[in-house]
Amino acid sequence: MKAKVRKFLVVVEETHHEMGREIAPPTRKAAALAVIENPHAGEYVEDLEGLMEIGAEMGDILGQKAVSALGVAPAEIESYGKAAVVGEAGELEHAAAILHPRLGKPLRQAVEKGAALVPSSKKMGGAGTPIDVPLGHKDGAYVRSHFDGMEVRVPDAPRPREIVVAVAVTDSGRPLPRVGGLTADQVEGKDGLR
Amino acid sequence: MTVRVRKIQVGVEETLHEGGPVAQTPLRMGYAAAVVENPFAGRYEPNILPFMDDLKPLGLALAGRLLSALGGAADEIEGYGKGAIVGVDGELEHGALWHAPGGYAMRELLGEAKAIVPSSKKVADVGARLDIPITHRTASYVRGHFNAMEVGLADAPWANELIVILVMTTGARVHARAGGLQASEIEGLDGLR
Repeated sequence: MKAKVRKFLVVVEETHHEMGREIAPPTRKAAALAVIENPHAGEYVEDLEGLMEIGAEMGDILGQKAVSALGVAPAEIESYGKAAVVGEAGELEHAAAILHPRLGKPLRQAVEKGAALVPSSKKMGGAGTPIDVPLGHKDGAYVRSHFDGMEVRVPDAPRPREIVVAVAVTDSGRPLPRVGGLTADQVEGKDGLR
Repeated sequence: MTVRVRKIQVGVEETLHEGGPVAQTPLRMGYAAAVVENPFAGRYEPNILPFMDDLKPLGLALAGRLLSALGGAADEIEGYGKGAIVGVDGELEHGALWHAPGGYAMRELLGEAKAIVPSSKKVADVGARLDIPITHRTASYVRGHFNAMEVGLADAPWANELIVILVMTTGARVHARAGGLQASEIEGLDGLR
């Protein structure tokens, strides 16, 4: 593996009640995070190829960890998202190099299909910085019931020369969706939007 | 009294290194947290003990979830801890109701577990984090296993809720080298050494 990983964190959250109503079966989200060394900490590097390779590894490893934490078949994953927090000796562009060019393909393999854009967020931060990983339906970005987010953090990361990379998946939308719009059963799954 | 669960969150963290040599076996630390309604929120209730028994099945369920998230082998669990966060309409004493059901559940599941289960608790607002202390499950004085795990949920506890938490670990700190009693030196009689 190209990435030098210090830690992995996998979190599953289930919601059983929302606004007094029972959610059966519970809605479930999982996030998998890796704390990795930033190979370009403290210096400006023009070519970010190394971080792009790391992005591909992260899509594969974190995608599989998150899906397996939910214990469902890849096809049953309904939404996904990704995010990164770069320690202070790095550069926001480092997050972009990990997240955007190559992370998506192996993540889509891990969730079987995935026609939609993988929603993302990124920021610079210190140890313990929380980040909200945006979530969207994997095959139809406009599915309104699945717009959501999952807050994650690693208390001791990122240290200045580290990057926290996160992938989140769900097997469900929000607990009580009722704001209309495109529904999951209407998705055609061709253009990734509807 | 019914135990009304709103959320369950289970997390596992693996540490491969912390600036030193990469561990042959990464340290794994896991937690299971349940967000439950506090039946005593907003009033002083003198007799709260019955709720402690009501929490026992939840304790066992959480301990089971946690053990299985850590791979399912009870003999690989070396450290443990527990804690509670009480929402602001509750009382610190309500968090103390978790001591017996939380500790009992982990011992029931792990078998040999002589050491006291270290704990922490506080009353706090939504999004609060709690550092759960961790010690070796057979001998409290094992220095390499003194540790802690920070746990919290972004949207809990509401004012009328409790978060009850269990933590288990598979070993010592990843670069433990501060001396003291070693796990290999445990006598295992009194839960301390």
